[in-house]
Amino acid sequence: MTQRTIKTALAATAILGFAFTGAAMAEPVDDALVIDGTEITIRAPAPAHLDGALTELISGWAFRDTETRAMQMDDFDNPGMIFVDRGLDAWNAVQGTEGKSCASCHEGPESMKGLRAVTPRVDEKTGKVMNIEAYVNDCRTTRMGAEALNLRGSEMTDMLALISFQSRGELVNVAIDGAAAPFYEKGKEIYYTRYGQLELSCASCHEDNYGNYIRSDHLSQGHINGFPVYRLKDAGLVSPQSRFVGCVRDTRAETFAAGSDEFNALELYVAARGNGLAVEGVSVRH
Amino acid sequence: MKRQFMLGMAISAFSAGVAMAEVAPETVAYTEGAVEQSLSGTPGNPEEGKKVFATAGLGNCVACHAAEISKDIPFPGTVGPALDGAADRWSEAQLRGIVANAKMTFDGTVMPSFYKTSGYIRPGDAYTGKAGTEPLPPILTAQQIEDVVAYLMTFKE
Ligand code: HEC
Ligand code: HEC
Repeated sequence: MTQRTIKTALAATAILGFAFTGAAMAEPVDDALVIDGTEITIRAPAPAHLDGALTELISGWAFRDTETRAMQMDDFDNPGMIFVDRGLDAWNAVQGTEGKSCASCHEGPESMKGLRAVTPRVDEKTGKVMNIEAYVNDCRTTRMGAEALNLRGSEMTDMLALISFQSRGELVNVAIDGAAAPFYEKGKEIYYTRYGQLELSCASCHEDNYGNYIRSDHLSQGHINGFPVYRLKDAGLVSPQSRFVGCVRDTRAETFAAGSDEFNALELYVAARGNGLAVEGVSVRH
Repeated sequence: MKRQFMLGMAISAFSAGVAMAEVAPETVAYTEGAVEQSLSGTPGNPEEGKKVFATAGLGNCVACHAAEISKDIPFPGTVGPALDGAADRWSEAQLRGIVANAKMTFDGTVMPSFYKTSGYIRPGDAYTGKAGTEPLPPILTAQQIEDVVAYLMTFKE
């Protein structure tokens, strides 16, 4: 991406940083999310496995204010796209003792098309929950002779952005049966547990109260189809599990760590709650 | 020397008084959700109560509740019902019970318990994300509860 685009994107962020708090609206908007002439599915019938817990799936995009939504509708205004480019540089860079880059084994990042829509998934051989971060670190440590990346660090979120972007528009279809079933159940249990001194579960906010405001925050259904998200507040990318850390901390609870068994199960469960919504690539939230 | 001595006496008398009157979170008596006895023994101050109501680090009641009377506090939330007329609907004892532990009045409510110290799942050290050790300090002190109840008593229609 060019220097100019980066500057425009950053300027837009700065302006929005002040603007967003003033927005007032009640319901999620009915608008369509169209990027580069292609419509991205942001509403879908709730999957049967939710047993009526939600009537319709709605992406977090529809809960954001007009300016934030507009930024995601144009890749030149979407500050997250800078990180897709950074991820591409890292993809091609040789790292580690084996003298390899991601490209040495996988060619272009297009080879990752579809992966974001079906992860997290359970690896049959190891029985482990694999999200994109786990795949990246597995390649780095077992095939490249490189160090594992910090799960919540920017090198990892750049890679997450690049790989997620390849699946933009594809419908999330995370498996919940077979080897995934016990993780789905465990994630579900965590989702409904009321943690911390505020005694709130994910469901307290994202199932029972989506559409309501908690102070100035318009509560969404808490899906992760849009991740990684560029958060205007943080001026950086956020992974699903970083978001979980923040949400659990906000209940005055001891959080789980990114990459823990608990959050891996929760990520699989939350991803599957969004089965039918589209991968947004890199989304923008405030 | 004499003055210091008397001051010392006065302070210990004062703190003994507080200790006697203050009801610890573990010993609050709920009768169908209501709490008759003042938690601090000192009448609440509605102006202080408004601060508790508005401040994110204190009650942050406005995160979930709007009302005409509190409309100068920006960005009220909608997770809880509007509180207009709350003092017409509820007695002081009932409001004290709702703020101290709303679950005693509304079974399973999402409204947090502001005067409770244990029985949590993965209790944290305030908003740090780190582990906390029970008994935790209650979210609000006895006096802050009395203050916010005094403020709620002004919510009349
Ligand atoms: C105290 C309320 C609260 C609780 C409890 C809570 N969240 Fe959130 N969450 C929020 C708020 C506020 C936002 C920002 C607005 C939005 O997107 O809903 C948010 C955003 C999110 C998002 C981002 C959605 C997007 O499209 O950008 C995800 C994902 C999420 N939460 C998941 C969870 C999960 C999983 C849990 C439980 C571990 C949880 N939340 C618990 C308040 C909460
Ligand atoms: C996370 C959300 C939340 C917060 C924070 C919160 N409440 Fe509530 N409150 C509720 C909900 C929801 C109800 C409705 C009870 C139910 O669940 O049926 C309620 C009910 C009430 C009621 C009775 C409502 C009526 O008008 O009949 C009062 C009074 C009240 N809250 C006061 C407060 C005060 C004072 C604070 C802060 C010290 C506070 N609340 C903080 C969610 C909240």
